[in-house]
Amino acid sequence: MKLTMTQQILARKLGLDNSQAEQQLKAGSLILVDVDTALSNDVTAPVAVDVFNKSGCSLCNADCVTFVMDHFTPNRDIKTAELCKTVREFSKQHGVNNFFDVGEMGIEHALLPEKGIAKPWNVIIGADSHTCTYGALGTFSTGVGSTDIAAIMMSGKVWLKVPSAIKFNLKGKPSPYISGKDVILYIIGLIGVDGALYRSIEFDGEGVDYMSMDDRFTICNMAIECGAKNGIFPIDDKTNEYTKVSCNATFDALSCGDDEAYEKVIDIDLAAIKPIVSFPHLPSNTKFVEDVKEEIKVDQVIIGSCTNGRLSDLKSAAEVLKGRKVAKGVRTIIIPGTNKIYLQALKAGYIETFIQGGAIVSTPTCGPCLGGHMGILASGEVAVTTTNRNFIGRMGAKDSYIYLASPATAMASAIAGKLASAQQLED
Amino acid sequence: MIQGKVFKFGDDIDTDVIIPATYLNTHDAKELAKHCMEYTNPEFYGQVKQGDIMVAGRNFGCGSSREHAPIAIKGCGVSIVIAKSFARIFYRNAINIGLYIIECPEAVDGIKEGDEVSVDVDTGVITDLTTGKSYQGQAFPKFIQNIIECGGLINTIKQNKL
Repeated sequence: MKLTMTQQILARKLGLDNSQAEQQLKAGSLILVDVDTALSNDVTAPVAVDVFNKSGCSLCNADCVTFVMDHFTPNRDIKTAELCKTVREFSKQHGVNNFFDVGEMGIEHALLPEKGIAKPWNVIIGADSHTCTYGALGTFSTGVGSTDIAAIMMSGKVWLKVPSAIKFNLKGKPSPYISGKDVILYIIGLIGVDGALYRSIEFDGEGVDYMSMDDRFTICNMAIECGAKNGIFPIDDKTNEYTKVSCNATFDALSCGDDEAYEKVIDIDLAAIKPIVSFPHLPSNTKFVEDVKEEIKVDQVIIGSCTNGRLSDLKSAAEVLKGRKVAKGVRTIIIPGTNKIYLQALKAGYIETFIQGGAIVSTPTCGPCLGGHMGILASGEVAVTTTNRNFIGRMGAKDSYIYLASPATAMASAIAGKLASAQQLED
Repeated sequence: MIQGKVFKFGDDIDTDVIIPATYLNTHDAKELAKHCMEYTNPEFYGQVKQGDIMVAGRNFGCGSSREHAPIAIKGCGVSIVIAKSFARIFYRNAINIGLYIIECPEAVDGIKEGDEVSVDVDTGVITDLTTGKSYQGQAFPKFIQNIIECGGLINTIKQNKL
């Protein structure tokens, strides 16, 4: 196979056979392709709706449009309430059924796979940079801006440049302390925040079998943090087990092309990865936690977001906390990604563990990840968080400090009151 | 022909720096412009004039997909952003809302803060009028030029030219 997984999906979408695709879908080719799902949220949808309304065009296909009210919800202030109202009224007027408001919503990139809206072999375009998450399901998904979404609402299509690709060959068996978050932070540390600029990053190798669906979502979610257009995993038995539940269907297998289809092939030894942390102010400033010599005192811990708000993330945090308490003065905020995950965590006893351990549990929201609400940092404060960006001012004051880590490391840091891995807590 | 005074920035200028998320409760260009680069360059909004030029390093506009970032920059009156490279969503967004951008690493290295610079967007030639040096930037591909000539993505679709 001389086509990358991204090219294979685009080829199927355009009705091209392999030899046609090799000619017409070379890296750098500009194509116009039908979109299965166009996603936007309470920040980006109002801009798209505004552009759409001014165009005077009619809605191409209401079933292709999905709106999730997750960034500033439950609403922070009057202005954000007005933004949601705009989208709510538009959905009613145009018969958009996939409109998810408080009660039905979750963090968009946790919600769409769970609802079966994101599925394998699809083209999903979202006005949110972390739309690349769905690549975990073997789908082509990428983030764009609001005007692109308005254009899809008008035409059902999007223009794309076929990306060149980097293959990550996952080798070896990861230690039990390692999660998908450690793997992707390790990769971003290795290649840098623009290491995959404009490219697709595709995952292959026997190590793929060790990556659960939740790990795959986390890894693809942060593809954008090394500049990638999309991240993508093969469609295998694990994918189909997941989609049997999410959309009551199974899908054709998808696997990586030969090495020649890729600009670069990089081997990643999963066995060599240890709990890892990104220092301020770039996700690529990574260090293994055990190599951090200075003491980093923590004011706040966030476990949640589209990166790490899934059930296995909460499980891993609860297992570290069980029988312990967070250190006095560390504000520990747990945010389940969706109501379904919240309920599953409740039934599994994780929520009780969190509350007894001195943490709080929030309704699903993007909230603090982008400095929106529900846990803003004051000047000089330090957060260890499972979110995806540690840019200047991302979670609040411009002189606050964000350290990115896995749920296990974040919870261990909450308990220790300083940056620590779960392993260090045991010692 | 675009011409203006240069404001210089470094590598990896992210969208949280261009427009902090707390101000995303509006998409009014004039309102967003007031907070453009506020955390790192609080004097920028007060100093930048209509037609001025931003010059930056690698990976400009990395981070979120917020179209508010190029809208805020355009709202400040900036006529073009010259960078060594752009993050891809920012690149799309800028084209789609009609903000000119151009990649040219040599120009970024050669041009200094405060220089007067002109850009011919059709040929990609960037001229530093202060030093007299010229640089060949990467002109837009035909496909993109068509979108710009139609006045942005929405107009392109309205004119049935996508």
